[in-house]
Amino acid sequence: MFGFIVRRVLYMFVVLIAVSVVSFVIIELPPGDYLTSYIVRLKQTGGGTITEDQIASLRKQYGLDLPMYQRYLKWMWNMIHGDMGRSFQFGEPVWDLVMQRLPMTILLSLATIIFSYAVAVPMGIYSAIHQYSFGDHALTALGFTGVAIPNFLLALIVMFGLHRYFGLNIGGLFSPQYATAAWSGAKVLDLLKHLPAPILVIGLSNLAWLIRIMRGTLLDELNRPYVAVARSKGLKESTLLWKYPVRIAINPIISTIGYSLPAIFSGSTIVSIVLNIPTIGPLLFTALVSQDSYLAGSCVFLLSALTVVGTLISDILLAYVDPRIRLVQ
Amino acid sequence: MNTRATDALAKTMGEEEAIYVSSQWQLIRAKFLKHRLAVFGTIVVALFYLMAIFSGFLSPYEPNERHTDYVYAPPQSIHFSGLRPAVYGYQQTEDPKSFRRLYTVDRDKSYLLRFFVRGTKYKILGLIPSTVHLFGVPDGTVFLFGTDRLGRDLFTRNLYSSAISLSIGLLGVALAFFLGCLIGGISGFYGGLVDNVIQRMIEFLRSVPTIPLWMALSAALPPQWPPLRIYFGITMILSLVGWAGLARVVRGKLLELREEDFVMAARLAGASDARIIARHMLPGFMSYLIVDVTFSIPDMIIGETALSFLGLGLRPPVVSWGVLLQDAQNIRTITQQPWLLIPALFIIVVVLMFNFVGDGLRDAADPYKTV
Repeated sequence: MFGFIVRRVLYMFVVLIAVSVVSFVIIELPPGDYLTSYIVRLKQTGGGTITEDQIASLRKQYGLDLPMYQRYLKWMWNMIHGDMGRSFQFGEPVWDLVMQRLPMTILLSLATIIFSYAVAVPMGIYSAIHQYSFGDHALTALGFTGVAIPNFLLALIVMFGLHRYFGLNIGGLFSPQYATAAWSGAKVLDLLKHLPAPILVIGLSNLAWLIRIMRGTLLDELNRPYVAVARSKGLKESTLLWKYPVRIAINPIISTIGYSLPAIFSGSTIVSIVLNIPTIGPLLFTALVSQDSYLAGSCVFLLSALTVVGTLISDILLAYVDPRIRLVQ
Repeated sequence: MNTRATDALAKTMGEEEAIYVSSQWQLIRAKFLKHRLAVFGTIVVALFYLMAIFSGFLSPYEPNERHTDYVYAPPQSIHFSGLRPAVYGYQQTEDPKSFRRLYTVDRDKSYLLRFFVRGTKYKILGLIPSTVHLFGVPDGTVFLFGTDRLGRDLFTRNLYSSAISLSIGLLGVALAFFLGCLIGGISGFYGGLVDNVIQRMIEFLRSVPTIPLWMALSAALPPQWPPLRIYFGITMILSLVGWAGLARVVRGKLLELREEDFVMAARLAGASDARIIARHMLPGFMSYLIVDVTFSIPDMIIGETALSFLGLGLRPPVVSWGVLLQDAQNIRTITQQPWLLIPALFIIVVVLMFNFVGDGLRDAADPYKTV
């Protein structure tokens, strides 16, 4: 087990480095560099003229005269020390901006994952043992619609429906009076009231997909000879079901976390933008629109890093639950 | 050979024997046709593509034509005056409080729908110029899906959008398919170090969330690019991330088939690597690839729509479903003008139908499994 964890952690670092390279490319992609935007901004705000000498010294200060790979190393070095550059738009260090939103991002994604697995497993089991019943068909239909409606559209439709028919506004995660208030019991309650809609919107497609997998694997198991043997020996139907086939069928479901995570982070990004939820998603969006490149690159890096770390945790958990995995790899 | 041939065979020699002499593709087709939902999906998808091709002919107006007297006009429904279809005109009043224009149906004004009328110029498939429109109301207006904030006909805009949104799905998948086959092929056929590097690359692409990556890449497209180049840029971004799934399928199947005797036989006969892959191995897993491709098309369509919806993808004057939905972003606008959400319906139907088709194809992909 220890060896397995060490290998996975090492591998994670390799992926993280790849992620950081991609994020750095995103920072460098827009035409011009930090300084050209800075100068344009200075002129716009009437900060006076800037001489060639000043530009040259600023270039040196920000390390913009260095070749690309050295700039990358410098950026990485700073990031490890908690410095992700400054945001032009907010005039604050990127680190602070991103860290403010990190807890909500993790909370939302975690809650979505827990929700989709907690609901999908029982529904999948129901669907499998009542194959071709009304409930099974209803869940299949739900599955298809869940896959077919892109989550940002679902967010729009849910928002529209709730507003039109119930007069509710589900945008944001807090009611106005709590938005800037300090944390208190009432604020947590308010948050809990606002969470279900975004969780449902983000998790529906994942939920639909998981139900189908659970149903499929359980059906495969139920047709195995050992189930027939157990039944012929007079084992109670419920004991039979829970003790063997369900336990086997649940393993592939757990191993799908690795695929669910990117989808959920992806979905929460865009749904957060539509529903105005204070996660990293909307921050990335405003950063991209205003060409705030350090902020944008850092957001992409953080969202990807969260996914990679999440996958690592789920891999270790899975290896803990299923010994075969740590032996094979 | 087609299903009719299979049926004929079945009649003469009985079901069982017909199965033995049918080719793989005949079996796939026969099995696919049994999947009712998939057949239905195929027909709807085909209709959508036909609609996209003939969008100019089917729509009464031009997508960027403004009817300044009819801003945010609600949809006009078709009724029958005698046996001929017609639409009622509007009566406009102004809300004294919000200064919004309010529309009510004016039952006194009824305009007959004329067919094959001459109107604005357009080009079929961008090639053949024409001025004939399927229908139009020369003496009034016909806004079947209402109009937007500039008084542009949304029915027309939805039809033109389908051309862009649907083609981006096909084009993106074609590109991803090419990349996936090429890279997956190299990976699976040569194995070893090459395989290892490519596999890590694929794993990396699959382990990062796509939407933030797409957003960042498309935001980096220079704003001064002409619309057509942006269109290709977006397509490339979508497929840059999308090829990984296809490459995995190709590689997995190649590794499986590489051990088969017929590959060894081909190699002994002196066939080149390229020939072995293309002639002997590709047909063996083509059906699986088609399944994957079918499921990727809606993903690409959703990707483009999401990006354009956020304002990071295609930009006006190009119209796509996502561009149209940009107008439906805030809750006030959509409660007052719910018809702005119609493009969402188009997207959902198309994606659902593609999923039905994919589902049917997946069941049919390996006809030997249950036959």
